[in-house]
Amino acid sequence: MRVAVLAGGRTPEREVSLRSGHRVMASLNERGHDAWIVDPGEGPLVEALGERPPEVCYLALHGKEGEDGTVQRLLDLLGLPYTGTAAFDCEIAFDKLLAKDALRRAGVATPEWVAIEGWALRDLGGGAALGRVVERLGLPCVVKPSRSGSALGVGFVEREADLAAAVMAALSFSGAAVIERMVDGTEVAASFVGAPLEPLPLVEIAPKTGRYDYAARYTAGATEYFVPARISSDVSGATLDEAARAVAGLGLRDVTRVDLIVDRGDRPWVLEVNVSPGMTETSLLPMAAQVAAMDLPDLCDRILQAAAARP
Amino acid sequence: MAEFSIDRFVERYAARTSGMNASEVRALFAVASRPEVISFAGGMPFVEAIPNDEVAVVAAEVMRDLGATALQYGGGQGQLALRERLAMLMAEEGLQADPEDVVVTTGAQQALDLLGKIFIDPGDTIALEAPTYVGALGAFGAYQPRYLHVEVDADGMIVDQLEEALFRGERPTFVYTVPNFGNPSGVTMSLERRERLVALCRETGIPIIEDNPYGLLRFDDEALPCLKTLDPENVIYLGTVSKTFSPGVRVGWALGEPSVAQRLVLAKEAADLCGSNLNMLLTERWFADEDRWRGVLGGLVDTYRSRRDAMAAAIAERFPADAEITDPRGGFYLWVTLPSWFDTRAMLAAAVERRVAYVPGTAFYADGRGANQMRLAFCLPSEDRIREGIDRLGALLADEEHLFRSINP
Repeated sequence: MRVAVLAGGRTPEREVSLRSGHRVMASLNERGHDAWIVDPGEGPLVEALGERPPEVCYLALHGKEGEDGTVQRLLDLLGLPYTGTAAFDCEIAFDKLLAKDALRRAGVATPEWVAIEGWALRDLGGGAALGRVVERLGLPCVVKPSRSGSALGVGFVEREADLAAAVMAALSFSGAAVIERMVDGTEVAASFVGAPLEPLPLVEIAPKTGRYDYAARYTAGATEYFVPARISSDVSGATLDEAARAVAGLGLRDVTRVDLIVDRGDRPWVLEVNVSPGMTETSLLPMAAQVAAMDLPDLCDRILQAAAARP
Repeated sequence: MAEFSIDRFVERYAARTSGMNASEVRALFAVASRPEVISFAGGMPFVEAIPNDEVAVVAAEVMRDLGATALQYGGGQGQLALRERLAMLMAEEGLQADPEDVVVTTGAQQALDLLGKIFIDPGDTIALEAPTYVGALGAFGAYQPRYLHVEVDADGMIVDQLEEALFRGERPTFVYTVPNFGNPSGVTMSLERRERLVALCRETGIPIIEDNPYGLLRFDDEALPCLKTLDPENVIYLGTVSKTFSPGVRVGWALGEPSVAQRLVLAKEAADLCGSNLNMLLTERWFADEDRWRGVLGGLVDTYRSRRDAMAAAIAERFPADAEITDPRGGFYLWVTLPSWFDTRAMLAAAVERRVAYVPGTAFYADGRGANQMRLAFCLPSEDRIREGIDRLGALLADEEHLFRSINP
């Protein structure tokens, strides 16, 4: 199959995306496909796809534009099939402001949260209401930009006095911030691939600093991973069920990764979902696949076939 | 169960690699280097002003006349003819140097690494300006020192602070300073401070490393004497052709007492055997034509002066009134101090979103200071781009202030 692997782009996750994309391209070529990289950060995407038309686009873009439905809508217009979730569902899943509500509506357990738009703070006097956040959620809490990936702009707040600065930092990355109650426990990732989506073994994430922030994600060796996660099979089953509910509730397809925390009482909480999970050498999904006896070429091929088979 | 440690050697690395982590700021700089972003981040010389055709002629001469030498290994100290040219460059600032005491390095950056290697044992204290050159923190950091930061004001390093620290019992292995148009401060050390620093270090037997990459990029005033001129024995001087010619040739140097030069040569040979003969010959031939190099340098200084003027004027107009900026009389950088609640590292994402970039102040301290500061390089963008970039940055600062006031009524 002729496959344009879309990777790069203009977001802070550009480098990560290029690393994902090159691994995907090499894997697909190994499976006999004709795959090449198209970097929307290097030149007009539509032109590049017109000059060398693919049968399918493999989306290895991370962050805004690549995961928020923008590129998906453009590919819909061009009539090109692409891997991963459809445009509207991407938009919901990528924006934590929307995704948290969608998860709750789907009956998924997700930590209590408050969402604040920068505009409301700037122009509606929302700052005066910020004190209620701590009343509502307690401390510590986690402040996240609503639309950003790779833990960029995420802040951990332990003292009320630090909340305002963390909100400002998150708003540097996005127009709104989501503040979550911090759940203490074991961090795990549940990955799903194929059509229909099938679960891969849970990956347990054990950052050496205790926090799975940007540095812990992308510095080789800064985090240890255990597959399957070191939790009982009952808890593991319940965790996969919770993740599957999130996947179904948000209408995700082909490939996705759900990040969860299993609290001290063995209860799983969904933190967020990813419509374009990383495929780098430090990424969780390829790790899970490997333990399921699926190497990277198998994995990429399976994702590709899921998209190609779509009517 | 499989245990994945992404890096099979993770338990094997030396402790000195512990600070070598992926970071958000690096991720943002990958976007900041895109052409649509006006970047005040990197201190990239304006190499477009170097006439490529003339360099090509020089390079062709080198290969025609000295090809066998250019393609061969050389000595660790660097070619004598080049060291004589470098002595001539130092004389431009009144520094008398014996070419025998000069060690050519791969940029002055390598000299920092080699000096770290020959001077710093783990746990040794070294004294540096606050803020200081980020590349010095990187080079010295590998040798695991403790840092003694000495603050800078409009007259350069506050020598009183160093004296107080010595009085408290601190005994730094050396003092590192960029006395002319400092990176990142843009500040120049006054003559009085130079004399005091040299005297204090002489009395206490603490060597000074004087890093002078920008000295010949002087916009107006008369050159002040080098620290090395004030105390030829106790000062190790570093220079580079990166700002007067090209950073691409990677030619820098150290000038020290013969004992220091000898150790540097041995350390250099251990590190990389020798510098690039081709680049050294090219550099030597470039500086052989006095009209040529003076002409190019004069043009560069004029360009940088105009850019400094454009940036300072735009900042005066567009930045909040309580922002403090330094007044660089040369070099590449302006240093901005904002009200204390600003967090320039967090704000960088919003800046890049608005297509403008800078370096957050925290990069220039070893101890987490500088969150409300930023370095702006005026060397590379055109005056129009500088004005546009400062417009964007000024608008961002105003919006941040508005947001801050709204959150903290």
